[in-house]
Amino acid sequence: MDPSAVLGQLLVGLSRAMILFIVSAGLSLVLGVLRVPNIFHGSLYMIGAFVAWTVAEVLRDRAAGLWVALLVAPAITATVGLVVERTLLSRLYHREHLMLILFTFGVMLILNDLVKLAWGPTYRSLVPPPELQGSTLVLGVALPRFHLVLFVAGPVVAAALWWFAHRTRVGKIARAAAVDREMVAVLGIDVSRVFALAFVVGCFLAGLGGALVAPTTSITLGMDHALLIESFLIVIIGGLGNLWGALAGSLLFGVTQSVGLLIWPQFAVAFPYALTVAILLVRPAGLLRSVW
Amino acid sequence: MVTGARVATVALVAALVAAPAFLPPFYVYLLALILVMGLLATSLNLVLGYGGLYQFHHAVFYGIGAYVLAIGITRLGWPAWWGFLVGPVAAALAGFVIGFFCVRLVRLYFGMLQLSLGSFVWIVALRWYPVTGGDNGIHGIPLPPNLLGLQNAYYTILAVVGGCLVVLWAIVRSPFGLLLQAIRDNPQRCQVVGVDVRAHQLAAIVIAAFFAGIAGVLYVVLERSVFPNMLFWVLSLEILVMCLLGGWFTFPGPLVGAALIVTLRTLVGRHTEYWTLVLGVLLIFLIFFMPEGVVGSIGEWLARQRPQPLKRPVPARDTHG
Repeated sequence: MDPSAVLGQLLVGLSRAMILFIVSAGLSLVLGVLRVPNIFHGSLYMIGAFVAWTVAEVLRDRAAGLWVALLVAPAITATVGLVVERTLLSRLYHREHLMLILFTFGVMLILNDLVKLAWGPTYRSLVPPPELQGSTLVLGVALPRFHLVLFVAGPVVAAALWWFAHRTRVGKIARAAAVDREMVAVLGIDVSRVFALAFVVGCFLAGLGGALVAPTTSITLGMDHALLIESFLIVIIGGLGNLWGALAGSLLFGVTQSVGLLIWPQFAVAFPYALTVAILLVRPAGLLRSVW
Repeated sequence: MVTGARVATVALVAALVAAPAFLPPFYVYLLALILVMGLLATSLNLVLGYGGLYQFHHAVFYGIGAYVLAIGITRLGWPAWWGFLVGPVAAALAGFVIGFFCVRLVRLYFGMLQLSLGSFVWIVALRWYPVTGGDNGIHGIPLPPNLLGLQNAYYTILAVVGGCLVVLWAIVRSPFGLLLQAIRDNPQRCQVVGVDVRAHQLAAIVIAAFFAGIAGVLYVVLERSVFPNMLFWVLSLEILVMCLLGGWFTFPGPLVGAALIVTLRTLVGRHTEYWTLVLGVLLIFLIFFMPEGVVGSIGEWLARQRPQPLKRPVPARDTHG
């Protein structure tokens, strides 16, 4: 096999891994702190992509269109998250776990139909601004220039989350609440607010992932399903609620998928599943320690 | 069983047997669909309500049953009866393989892994064009003449679903079923007294998958086609909602839930394409105002004075994983 083709495929896999990391880190954060697998996380990712497209369309003649879109889209999904969390979800924290999960499923059904109402079933594509069009040579391989943005965004998000979790007061409280929420509440801290913050950050990351993926793919209804399942696999591979687990899971996932594309293109999507099963056979709780 | 419930069951069976003589074909079709979905939801409830397992992707087994029958008849030239036999067995086998991995994990991990592994089966059905027909599915599956026609299909479905429900009822009441509920309520204690918790959970998954497979082949009897959405995870969550709506701590709950959802979908579908929006609002309403489901709420109202035969399982907001 042509080595530069292999390298090119790996780089594409890595840039895909950056998107996967940003989205699954949000999912993992919500899982770790609230213990809810947010089923509408994928919907927020899709909304992020559609909003980014709309903003870029409106600001088509301005150079900064895409950059504004990258800010507006996550802000909107974070707002959706805040409203849902404060008005409804926060009233369910004392209920059975399954109810919380089903609640997020109900929100997913509603959001997806609202997206269908707002944007319709047609395919959209977002053209990156001129300075990010075309491709660049990376290690002798031509890579779409926009992917460089992804290679910057992934590590920046990882660093920011690390800083949030380990260097801010509220981040430390969130980590403590993930381990023992009763104890944190006993110390006189309003755990519900911490939950809200973690949830909003998670929703922000879903929207950011959607906005970042927008210029690289066709934006359409149904783009949420595959990504949600992939994010689930990633947090399972990595260990529920573990940020570095999400990073490791995303990298493994992206690379496995791109290797799969080289070996058996039609069933490339199946490779990460095989990887997940293999990992779980060896380590049933994922690669890294789950925060639970 | 309470006498009232027994009378109601007999009356319902009589009404279902007589229905095709009185109802226009569309409603007979609707009843048949309700019976198929009811069996599917009841089989899910064996593991969900009675077993306390987060079976998030039950539709996979339903789809496998239907696809194996369809592929067997159209691609491999099997005689139909052989397909009807192999379909549910294949579903049970898939239940064993997926369950084998899932029972090593608990609760959320279990549910998410099952969702993921089930999605893999969905992808195979979606992509393997030469065998599964890809996103088109397989249509116009030839069936033996005594299954053709709505009347024949309806009575076949009624008889098989009726038989399956009796067997499921017996399983729930058997020592195995009781042990399953004990495991749901306190797995640690069961483990300590020497029960192999995982083996029992796995057995329950295999049994539930088998009956889901039967529901799958019955769907083929009704529609004579299969398509990838039969094993899409949204259907899995939809049958979960059926269990919730009917009440998953009762045996007839999922049947009632299936009847309500299928009817509602048909009614709403006539007026708008935004059925899932309605389902989402309904689901959130249920979670907030009717967490015991329709049957559960009625049962609770009837039995406020005397102890409930089936207690709610461990409320278990698991704060410690």
